[in-house]
Amino acid sequence: MNLVALKMLMGDRAKYIGILIGITFASLLITQQSAIFTGIMARTYAAITDLPAPDVWVMDPKVQYIDDIKPLQDTQLFRVRGVEGVDWAVPLYKGLLKARLSNGNFQTTIVMGVDDATLIGGPIEMVEGRLEDLRRNDAVIVDEHGAASKLAHVLPDGTRKPLAVGDVIELNDHRGTVVGICKVARTFQSQPVIYTTYSRATTFAPRERRLLSFVLVKGKPGVDLAELCARIQDATGLVASSGADFRWTTMMYFMKYTGIPINFGMSVLLGFLVGTIVAGMTFFNFTLDNLRHFGALKAMGASPWRLTGMIVLQALLVGSLGWGIGVGGAALFGHVTRNTELAFRMPWQLLAISGTAVLLICTISALICIVKVLRLEPAIVFKS
Amino acid sequence: MQTLTEPAVALRGVTKSYGEGAARVTALRGIDLDIGTGELMMLVGPSGCGKTTLISVIAGILDQDDGACSVFGRDLRAMRGMAKARFRGETVGFVFQAFNLLPALNAAENVSIPLLLAGLKRSEALERSRAMLDRVGIGERWRSRPAQLSGGQQQRVAIARALVHQPRLVVCDEPTSSLDHETGARVMEIMREVAMQGSRTLVVVTHDARIFSYADRIAVMDDGKVVKVVHSAKELQDAP
Repeated sequence: MNLVALKMLMGDRAKYIGILIGITFASLLITQQSAIFTGIMARTYAAITDLPAPDVWVMDPKVQYIDDIKPLQDTQLFRVRGVEGVDWAVPLYKGLLKARLSNGNFQTTIVMGVDDATLIGGPIEMVEGRLEDLRRNDAVIVDEHGAASKLAHVLPDGTRKPLAVGDVIELNDHRGTVVGICKVARTFQSQPVIYTTYSRATTFAPRERRLLSFVLVKGKPGVDLAELCARIQDATGLVASSGADFRWTTMMYFMKYTGIPINFGMSVLLGFLVGTIVAGMTFFNFTLDNLRHFGALKAMGASPWRLTGMIVLQALLVGSLGWGIGVGGAALFGHVTRNTELAFRMPWQLLAISGTAVLLICTISALICIVKVLRLEPAIVFKS
Repeated sequence: MQTLTEPAVALRGVTKSYGEGAARVTALRGIDLDIGTGELMMLVGPSGCGKTTLISVIAGILDQDDGACSVFGRDLRAMRGMAKARFRGETVGFVFQAFNLLPALNAAENVSIPLLLAGLKRSEALERSRAMLDRVGIGERWRSRPAQLSGGQQQRVAIARALVHQPRLVVCDEPTSSLDHETGARVMEIMREVAMQGSRTLVVVTHDARIFSYADRIAVMDDGKVVKVVHSAKELQDAP
């Protein structure tokens, strides 16, 4: 009878495709909107993601997220280095500085000052040049996207010429020579990212008593990170977080203090509701159209369990197919827009969430249909 | 004419109403009727007289409000849910006015449904279905879907479906109403030839006077009651 159920479902191509489109639409909306939301949230902690080398980030206790810089005294670096279990500790400067463009305009940039000796904290992926070139005079490395967009030279005819190796950039009235182009994750505000050494960054930055933004720490092999963080906190009075914890703290700040979750939550919810209604109604209408046939099967001796099994099978089939096509469409959307400003990130957890949502849609629709069929008076078959 | 021996269907004081309060409609008002094993009984009467309600009760797809209905000695109202569904699946064959063939299945697959419901393997069910389609004269059309068949052919598929699992009782609702005279007569001949084998009992609801001659007995109903039972179409015409 399972085959009969499937043939009933697929027999009327127009209705079958209608149900499939409904569920695909729902799945696509839920996955795509959630993926954009996840992408945007991932941008909030992009600077942490781009620095996989350290195990622990040490910062002022008042820091709420990665861009909330509360500078430390330089001496804190040495206190951290003295904590048991620390393999190495390096300084990191992170600040917003204005870059003067060739056309006279100013552009705010994120300047990352990495350890002069080890260059730990530098970009992971170089497109042009080498990380070691940062040791040259006035050297800076610019991110590929920033170089091609916000920092690009605007030619007299209005076209943009990307900033290239050898070009000079003015940062807070200081000269910087571009020695390399790198790839970084897009930031939340899409500002260009400029890497230089820590000592040079502190000369670029406005004069302040404290300029050390973070201390990046690597634990010795086998050291328990939670214990190491606790020891650093005890010894320095600063906050020490693992990269994962700091990412989470940053994301939760944005979740709590910006309107992003509610705005996107509404969009995802709307997608879910529209998808549910479209898919549910189409599936319900399909069952309604087949009510007479279900009645005939019931009259001929099909048990309630058998009928329930047939409807569940139909719902599961269209559900899994629709979900598959929907997430496939969302993945294709992400692939096509991968080089644009659009934030899109689709981890496996999203697939699980959209799969559960589609399963829920199908279960609810199937339940309504099952109730209708089970309550059906088989005598309906004698009504012409 | 069949001699009434052991009743296949025994109805005693069967009543059935629909609706509540002022909207309450009484469809059956104390039906007493016996239908013998191997008998072809026709239920006739004007629209709304309760014929369809009566065969629904006989077939076990509708419970009467009062009275007793036993089919082959089994009290239908005493059976519940799964037991009743199993009883219908094993004992009753259905021929519907609108055929009720599944449009997505071919003729053989439609006929195989009662066998699949009884738990037979698909291959065996299809083999037996094709043999039954041969017996009703459309074996060569086993691959056709209902939309590709004429009304008469669809009704033959429906008859094959009603008989393929060898039920002891077949209920037919207006089996010839959507067919022309010639096709209707052919369908009734098939019913006589194929369905009546093996002491099978047939209950046929009809308005079609042209097929009265195939009946062993004709129960005339009016306003929820069986007003008379006659043995032939002529007797029906002659009766006051």
